[in-house]
Amino acid sequence: MELTDFFTNYTLRTITLGTAVLGAICGMLGSFAVLRKQSLLGDAISHASLPGIAIAFIITGVKNEHLFLVGALISGLIGTFWIKSIVKRTRLKNDTALGLILSLFFGLGMLLLTFIQKMPNANQAGLDKYLFGQAATLVEEDVWVMAAVTGVSLIVLLLFWKELKLLLFDPDYTKTLGFNTRFLDILITSFIVVAIVLGLQTVGVVLMSAMLLAPAAAARQWTNNLGVMIVLASIFGAFSGVFGTAISASQDNLSTGPVIVLVAAAFVLLSFIFSPRRGLLFRELRFRKNRRELHLKKTLTFMYRIAKEHDNISHPHAIRILNNFQGFTRKTLTKLEEQHLIRVEGNQWALTEKGFQEAESMYVKMGTDHD
Amino acid sequence: MREEPYAIKIDDLTVAYNYKPVLWDIDLVIPEGVLMAIVGPNGAGKSTLIKSILGIVKPIAGSVQVFGKPYKKQVDKVAYVPQKGSVDWDFPTIALDVVMMGTYGSLGWIKRPGQKEKKQALEALEKVGMLEFRDRQISQLSGGQQQRIFLARALVQNASIYLMDEPFQGVDATTEKAIINILKELRKAGKTLIVVHHDLQTVPEYFDWVTFLNVKGIASGPVKDIFNDDNLTKTYGINYKVAVNK
Repeated sequence: MELTDFFTNYTLRTITLGTAVLGAICGMLGSFAVLRKQSLLGDAISHASLPGIAIAFIITGVKNEHLFLVGALISGLIGTFWIKSIVKRTRLKNDTALGLILSLFFGLGMLLLTFIQKMPNANQAGLDKYLFGQAATLVEEDVWVMAAVTGVSLIVLLLFWKELKLLLFDPDYTKTLGFNTRFLDILITSFIVVAIVLGLQTVGVVLMSAMLLAPAAAARQWTNNLGVMIVLASIFGAFSGVFGTAISASQDNLSTGPVIVLVAAAFVLLSFIFSPRRGLLFRELRFRKNRRELHLKKTLTFMYRIAKEHDNISHPHAIRILNNFQGFTRKTLTKLEEQHLIRVEGNQWALTEKGFQEAESMYVKMGTDHD
Repeated sequence: MREEPYAIKIDDLTVAYNYKPVLWDIDLVIPEGVLMAIVGPNGAGKSTLIKSILGIVKPIAGSVQVFGKPYKKQVDKVAYVPQKGSVDWDFPTIALDVVMMGTYGSLGWIKRPGQKEKKQALEALEKVGMLEFRDRQISQLSGGQQQRIFLARALVQNASIYLMDEPFQGVDATTEKAIINILKELRKAGKTLIVVHHDLQTVPEYFDWVTFLNVKGIASGPVKDIFNDDNLTKTYGINYKVAVNK
C-alpha cells in the first residue's frame, strides 16, 4: 500500500493529530505505570486484549471499531484481574503471573484470529491490524474520543493528584493515613488499561506497551519533579506521534505504529545519554573529572611530604622521585604547573608558596577526617 | 465507650501469610505514654505486628483496639514510620514533599496542602535537623537523612501513638542519638511510642517498656522488671545470654 497516495492532506492531518493525542495520553498515564513499577503490566494487558477483539467480532459478526475496543477493554480487565489474583493467591511472583497471562491470552487471541479467517461469511480484512496497528484507519471521530478520554483522565489526575502521588511513593503509608488504597489502585490500573485500549487501533497489541513506557522513561531522566515528569512524558509522547506519522507518511510502505514506537525509543536513548544529571554521558564526564582532580590532589600531597623535609619549601627535587608514585603522569605535572601550584625547570620540580599552602590545608583536612 | 487507660490492646491476634503463622495468638496491652521496644529474632513477626496494628496486614483472627476503638476509626491518632527500605528513594520528589505527606491524612480526600501544612512540614524538618535539605531530591540523601525524613513525616501527623519499624537501621551513632532524643521528647509530651528494635545493648538505656516477641508473645512489661536473661533466652535461644551479659 502506497501511503503517500493513500492520504489526502485532510486524512494525514487527522492521523497526525490522533497519534499526537495518543502519544500525550500514553505519556501521561504511562508515567504512573513506570513509577508504580507496573511497566510489564501494560504489556500483559495489551496482549490480553486481543481475544476480546476477536470474541467481539465472533459474537456480533460486525466490524465496528468501538465494539472491538469494548471487547478489548473487557478481556484486558479480565487479564489484569487474573494476574492480580494469581499473585495474591499462589506463590507465583508477579513476573511469572504477567508472563503466563500475557502468553495465554495472546495465544488464545491468535487462535481466534485464524478461526475467524476460516469463517465463511467473515469480512476478514482488518482484524489482524490490531496486532501492529494501522494509523491510517484513524478518523476524526477517533481523535475526538481520544481527546475526550485525555480530558477526563487529566481531570481525575488533577483531582486525586495528592493521593496518587502518595500511593506511588508509599502504598502502605497511604493505607495507614486512612485512604482507600484499593480505590486508588483501581484508578491507576484503569488509567493503564484505558491508555492501552485507545492505542490498540494505532500502535497495536504487540507494541503498545512501548508507547506507554518509553515517554515516561525518557521524561524521568530530565527531572526530579513528578508533575514536570508527567508533562514532559506527554510532550515526548505527542512528539513521537507527530514525528512517527511524518516519517512514515514521507516513506513508502512504512507502517506508522512501529515508526512511532521507534521515535519514542529514540527519545529514551537520547535522554539516557544526554540528560544533565542522570545521563550516562555527563555522569561519565563528572566521574573522569573527579578522578583527575583526585590524581592531582594525591600527587600534590605526595610532593608536599617531600618538600616538607626541607627548610626551603621551594627547594627543587628531581622528577625521577615521583616515578614510583602511583597515579603520577607527566600530564598531572603539567596540570599542576598550569595552576601555579608547582614550578618545573628541566627535570626538576619545586612547590610554589601557593602549592605548599594548598597541599598543607588538604593534608590537614585529610588527616582529621581519618581521626 | 469511655477511653481506657491503654493505648493499644491486642487480643488473640494471629497472622499468617502462607501456611506457617507469623504471629500466633498474641495478647498484648500497651499502656499510654510508654516508650516501648519490640525485640525478637529475625522472622519473629515484629514488623508484622506493627503492620497488623495499622491494618496494613489482615489478621486471620483476633482484634486490635486503639484507644478502645478499631484502628480504622483512629487513623488520625496514629503515625507510622515504615522501614526505610520499604520505598523506592529514586521517586521524583524532594524532602519537603515527603514530609508534607504527613499532613495528607488530616486533609482528607482531594484537598491540597497549603501554607499551613508547609509550615508544619518545615517545623518538623527543623526538629530532625534536616531543614537545610528541604529541597534536596530524596535519592541524594544519605540513609540516616532518609530515616530522619520519615521521622519528620510522622511528626507532622501530630499523633498520640507512634509506630516505628527499625528507625535505627543503618544510621550512624550521631543520627541514632538525635532520633532517640526526639523519641524521648515525644514520650515526655505524653505520646506512646512503639519501636521495633534490634540492638539489645541499648534497650535499657533507650526504652522504659519492652515486648519480647518470637511468633508468640513471650513477655511484655517495664524494662527494669522483665529485661532479663530469662526472657532473652526464651526469645532468642541460649546463645544470646552471653552476648548481653558481657
